[in-house]
This record gives sequence, C-alpha cells and structure tokens, in this order.
Amino acid sequence: MSVIEISCLEVWRELSNYVDDDVAPELRARMEAHFKSCAHCKAVLEGTQNVVKLVADGIEYELPSGFSDRLYRKIKDK
Amino acid sequence: MGSPATYSDANQAELLRRACEGDKEAFYSLVRPCERAVYVAAMSIVNNPADAEEVAQEAVLKALAHLTGFRAEAKFSTWLIQITINEARSRLRKDRRHLYESIDEPRTDEEGDYTPKDFADWREIPSEALKRDELRNALKRALATLPLKYREVLILRDIQNLSIEETAEILGISQGNVKTRLLRARLQMRDALAPGIDGSWSSGKPEYKKVRPW
Repeated sequence: MSVIEISCLEVWRELSNYVDDDVAPELRARMEAHFKSCAHCKAVLEGTQNVVKLVADGIEYELPSGFSDRLYRKIKDK
Repeated sequence: MGSPATYSDANQAELLRRACEGDKEAFYSLVRPCERAVYVAAMSIVNNPADAEEVAQEAVLKALAHLTGFRAEAKFSTWLIQITINEARSRLRKDRRHLYESIDEPRTDEEGDYTPKDFADWREIPSEALKRDELRNALKRALATLPLKYREVLILRDIQNLSIEETAEILGISQGNVKTRLLRARLQMRDALAPGIDGSWSSGKPEYKKVRPW
C-alpha cells in the first residue's frame, strides 16, 4: 500500500513542524516516503535539524558580569 | 541574595502579593529566575550587551510600576518577557541605525512559500569542523541577517525553548504565525550557514561565507 505522494513545496512548508515532531501521522508517513526518494529535501531536512541543534548549543548570551547586582540596585532605588 | 531557580504557582502568588504591597525583595525574587530570559529576549532585538542590559532594566522597572495590572493566573515570566520585547522594539525604533529595519507587525498573515536556496548536502555538523568561538560567531552573524520577526521567534523557541503557545502569547500573534515564522527562520539560518559551492567549511576558514545573498 503506497502513501500518496506530496510535492517538495509541501514538504518544505511542513519541515519545521516535522523537525519538532508536530505533524499528523499520515502527513508524517508521506514526508518520510518523500525523504527516501528526494535527495534535495533530505539535505534540507538534515541541514535544518543541524541548525536547530547548533542554535540551541552554540549561541550563548551570557549575562554581563554584575548584571544582577545592577538590576537589584535599580529596583531598590525606585 | 540567593534565590531558587524556579518557583511554584503558590510561591509566585505569595511573592506577587508581597511585591504588590511594596516588598522589593519579593519583587526581585520574582524577577531573578527570569534574568537570563529577559536579557536574551532583549539581545535578540537590540543585539548589543549594553543596550540589552538597559532594556532589561527598563522592562523590569515597568513591570514593577504595573504590577497591579498583572493577572495572577498568568505566568510572571511570560508577562515580563513580553514587556521586555516591547521595550526592546521601542528602543530600536528610536535608534536611527535601524531606520530601515521593519519592526512593526505586518497587517496580513505571512504570504508566499520560502524556497530553500542551497541544496548542498550538509550532513556534517559544522561544530565538528570549527572551534567553539568561530562557531558561535558564525551563528551570531547568521542570526543577525534574519529579519527581526523571524529572529524573535527563533530565539524564543530554539534558544529559550518556550512552547509555541507561549511564544504566540508573548509576541501577540497566532500559533500558526509562530510556526510559519519559525520555519522561515530555520530555513534562512540553514541557507546562511550552509557550506556553499566554495566549500568554506571544509577549507577551515574562520569566517563562513554566505554564498547567495537575498
């Protein structure tokens, strides 16, 4: 029993939801079938998964040293 | 000045009650666990530490001034981040350097599909090829190329790990809109970071090159 094919355009539209495991089972099945046969979309998928991982791990915004103290003082002085 | 990292609903209610009565220590106890999230939200918009800190302070003081307007059933951190984002956007509007960056919400929903621009096979995670500093800089540079409305969503979802629902609430947009913007943000980041034809990653150059401008 084959799944109904979907287009690359549809796949890109749902790509982010797929990465978040936020697609209905039927759509998920169609997308997985598509990834098996479409190298482009597979590449975009893997790149996107990498991006999510990189952004989560790689971007750090450290609080400037003394931030908490300065903030606390501003609150107290108000 | 030690505080718990998180607090329960009951704890929030109690701290809020005391804060509304003018207890500044209680107010700071509410704020302290949100400091990083507030700072990160500000940074995502104004993109420099000095301005971000000022925005954070202003947002916290605004929250203090409007505490009685806060609905106690809601999450304090969500409310505070919302104030921070509005404050950061206001600052951006005043700053002439960003005169041409679109800050205000579009009237209509997102239209048109985003087409990935680079189909290069990018299976290797660049973090293995680059040193930590280079990677962090490359990521921040790529992030800075995103339109503001996409950057905000990416930061709230993929760095702060807020839910779609919370993100929608903070930004005042629908969940569908959050998902669309997140999709575009992630695809644009991917295009900005993808190896590209000249193979910048494999040559080990510290600066990545964006192959295709948009």
